[in-house]
Amino acid sequence: MSTTTEAAPKKKLSPRRRAQRIRWIQYALLVVVAVAIALAADWQQIKEVFFRPDMIKATFTEGLPNAFKNTLVYTAGAFVIGLLLGTVLALMRLSSIGPYRWLSTMWIEFFRGLPAIVVFIAFGLLPLAFEGLVIPYDPYGTVWVALGLVASAYMAETIRAGIQAVPKGQIEAARSLGMPAGAATRKIILPQAFRVVTPPLTNEVILLVKDSSLVYVLGLSASGYELTKYGRDLANSNANLTPLVIAGFCYLAITLPLSILVRRMEARQKKER
Amino acid sequence: MSVSAIAPGAPVVEVTDLHKSFGSNHVLRGLDATIHQGEVVCVIGPSGSGKSTFLRCINLLEQPTSGSIKVDGEEVTDPDCDIDAIRRNMGMVFQQFNLFPHLSVLENCTIAQTTVLKRSKDQARAMARENLEKVGLSEKEEAFPAQLSGGQQQRVAIARALSMDPKLMLFDEPTSALDPELVGDVLSVMRRLASEGMTMFVVTHEMAFARDVADRVIFMDAGVIVEEGVPEQVIGTPTEERTKVFLQRVLDPTHVEAGAEDVAYAKRHVGEVAAVDERHPGTHGRYSGGAGLG
Repeated sequence: MSTTTEAAPKKKLSPRRRAQRIRWIQYALLVVVAVAIALAADWQQIKEVFFRPDMIKATFTEGLPNAFKNTLVYTAGAFVIGLLLGTVLALMRLSSIGPYRWLSTMWIEFFRGLPAIVVFIAFGLLPLAFEGLVIPYDPYGTVWVALGLVASAYMAETIRAGIQAVPKGQIEAARSLGMPAGAATRKIILPQAFRVVTPPLTNEVILLVKDSSLVYVLGLSASGYELTKYGRDLANSNANLTPLVIAGFCYLAITLPLSILVRRMEARQKKER
Repeated sequence: MSVSAIAPGAPVVEVTDLHKSFGSNHVLRGLDATIHQGEVVCVIGPSGSGKSTFLRCINLLEQPTSGSIKVDGEEVTDPDCDIDAIRRNMGMVFQQFNLFPHLSVLENCTIAQTTVLKRSKDQARAMARENLEKVGLSEKEEAFPAQLSGGQQQRVAIARALSMDPKLMLFDEPTSALDPELVGDVLSVMRRLASEGMTMFVVTHEMAFARDVADRVIFMDAGVIVEEGVPEQVIGTPTEERTKVFLQRVLDPTHVEAGAEDVAYAKRHVGEVAAVDERHPGTHGRYSGGAGLG
């Protein structure tokens, strides 16, 4: 790799030739490793544990669609709550009124600092602690609020960064046209801020999809199971990993397209700039 | 050149003893000025002299530290005054254009009309189209700002401000961010606006524009008004030393130092300003760029 001259007595390779040779050696090594693994693996066993055909069928028929739907619904509801609350928190964070700033900073630091699962456990215990407390749309309401609170803290910071990325001249131009501060924020600042933060917000959705796997601690009934809880229970009762593998693929089916979408949007924004 | 030069109308803006500090930096040190109806006032001066801050104080984009600014007799620094209402009557054009990038050219010109003046969409569009035609960009109404050149963006910005039917237009170095070859289009729009009788307050580095279009030129340096008067006097035969030095630097940027003999040179030179463009077309770079237009 370095510029040593020890190979000098022989025919000296040009740096480009040497780099080419090193590249070929690395390809060869990778092939050797892959062949070794393929030969050493017990394919029958792997298939039995991870891809057992009758388990695949059972996973699909017993309630995968419902679990898949629940994961989507939990994520979507939490996203809406997180987005609305996050926008309010971001505006509070940038407010000229001190107490607003302190409140939103406390909120954001609190929910970002706690493990999400702690928040969910607390939410699961709320109805026990406060007798008679009913969160509507059970079980969705509880999940949406719990997941949405956590999401709002992260989204608030993203949105705040987006608002601050809008040049100061924009608010000045809006105000100089006689627009009051509120109208200028709604019509000029926020639309631009959200355009900036669409890719990072989509990343938040991906995180939310994954975080929705933690809501099992809320103690949901079987009809409220999402992918992880469903797959895990089925895997446990059958002592086989196939249901979890399928649940995993379901997550990828949601998150991979979103990742690709984010990359496209980022590429387009780069081009626009 | 300007029709309004004949008889200045009623005062539109009256500034008295205006001070502005940014922290310990005392930027404006007691300005007094009046802008009359139909008048074109150009403010010139070295960078850092406070001329942009002066202009931004008038529509309260900067909060003055002390002093009085009256627009149509109303004190804008008074907390009881409705600054949004006053700003509606005062168009502003920025150095960096500040068009709204998420809106089309037409929407840029209609959004404040519909949200602030409560005009109907059709009314707002008609008004916007009228002004876009005035700046020569009718065919660009569907375009987005990023698709336009700097000069086109600045003309849209002028149309946007005009669509609010302002009584007064503020221009904050409107051509300073433009490529030299695009300056002329913007200046000719401004010339036309001036000839239509618009009251204009222009911070500029375009000496030819100030000389030809302004009814009055204000020379600022270090936060004070050093010299003020008709362009022939301030640019043609300045009396203050600081004005002479500044004008010499601006009109002959290649000339090196301002020693005693250079001031004499400057005196001779600025006396020739009016003839400069015809004799040395192009040699004075952008400062004569707009002279032949309009």
